[in-house]
Amino acid sequence: MARKKLYFEDVKEGDELPSFTVENLTRTDFVKYAGSSGDFNPIHHDQTFAEVSGNPTVFAMGMMNAGILSRLVSDYAGLENLRKYKVRFATRVWPGDSVTCKGKITNKAVENGEKIIEGDIMALNQKGEVTIQGSFRAALSSRT
Amino acid sequence: MADKGDIGKVGKPITIRIEAGKIREFAKSVKDANPVYYDEGVAKTELGGVMPPPTFLMTLAHWDDGEGRPHVKMDLRRVLHGEQEFEYLKPVYAGDVLTAVTKVTNVFEKSGGRGGTMTFVVMDTDFTNQKGEKVAIARSTTIETGQVVAR
Repeated sequence: MARKKLYFEDVKEGDELPSFTVENLTRTDFVKYAGSSGDFNPIHHDQTFAEVSGNPTVFAMGMMNAGILSRLVSDYAGLENLRKYKVRFATRVWPGDSVTCKGKITNKAVENGEKIIEGDIMALNQKGEVTIQGSFRAALSSRT
Repeated sequence: MADKGDIGKVGKPITIRIEAGKIREFAKSVKDANPVYYDEGVAKTELGGVMPPPTFLMTLAHWDDGEGRPHVKMDLRRVLHGEQEFEYLKPVYAGDVLTAVTKVTNVFEKSGGRGGTMTFVVMDTDFTNQKGEKVAIARSTTIETGQVVAR
């Protein structure tokens, strides 16, 4: 699916980014991310270690969730246009959880000749609890 | 425990080559189906080459087995990743060789609830490419809680 190019003129404050949900994250997903990122902290894949550390089960790496959420902004604004991506981790994501990613444009401005858009983004689990809160900034081109 | 004396500590410079295969594997693991990560032709047309996903540079933290991390004493059982921020200054492409230098930029305390006093450690990793251009900054905030946190 080729992305439709987003121009500065297409964006207005309050616009919502097209949201999506990733269903049913599994332990296998955590292990795949361990392999791709190199994060082999046993708390994310070793049940015994997770329990000894006071957790009911293993849980997802924060950066895995941040990675899932990042598609929201790269699909919307274009990977090449992204200037800043920031996340704060709120609640853990457990095996079987689904993650819904959504966001909204909060600012649109021309700064030093660059056409900047900014937005707030978040990921929520199936109970509606915020797992990640974040923001992004991108520089877009103009139609003219 | 980390303290203000850790501010300014700098880790060893680490060199990492950005690889298309690793980008593809990473994109898959964060369930990002954007064809620019899987089809070099599409990537070339749309972006001028294969670019890593927004959070890809985080892999450096594990790739070097922590060697580039400034030495700050923290109890791993009480450590949480609080925040992560990336600033993208210039495009990064597969084939680039980046040098990363990590520095402790802030250490501060806040009194928390169940976790007792929390110590926040902020580290900036600056990435420079083979042309000497600064391409990205990864800023991570790690929280050390006052006691082991169970949720």
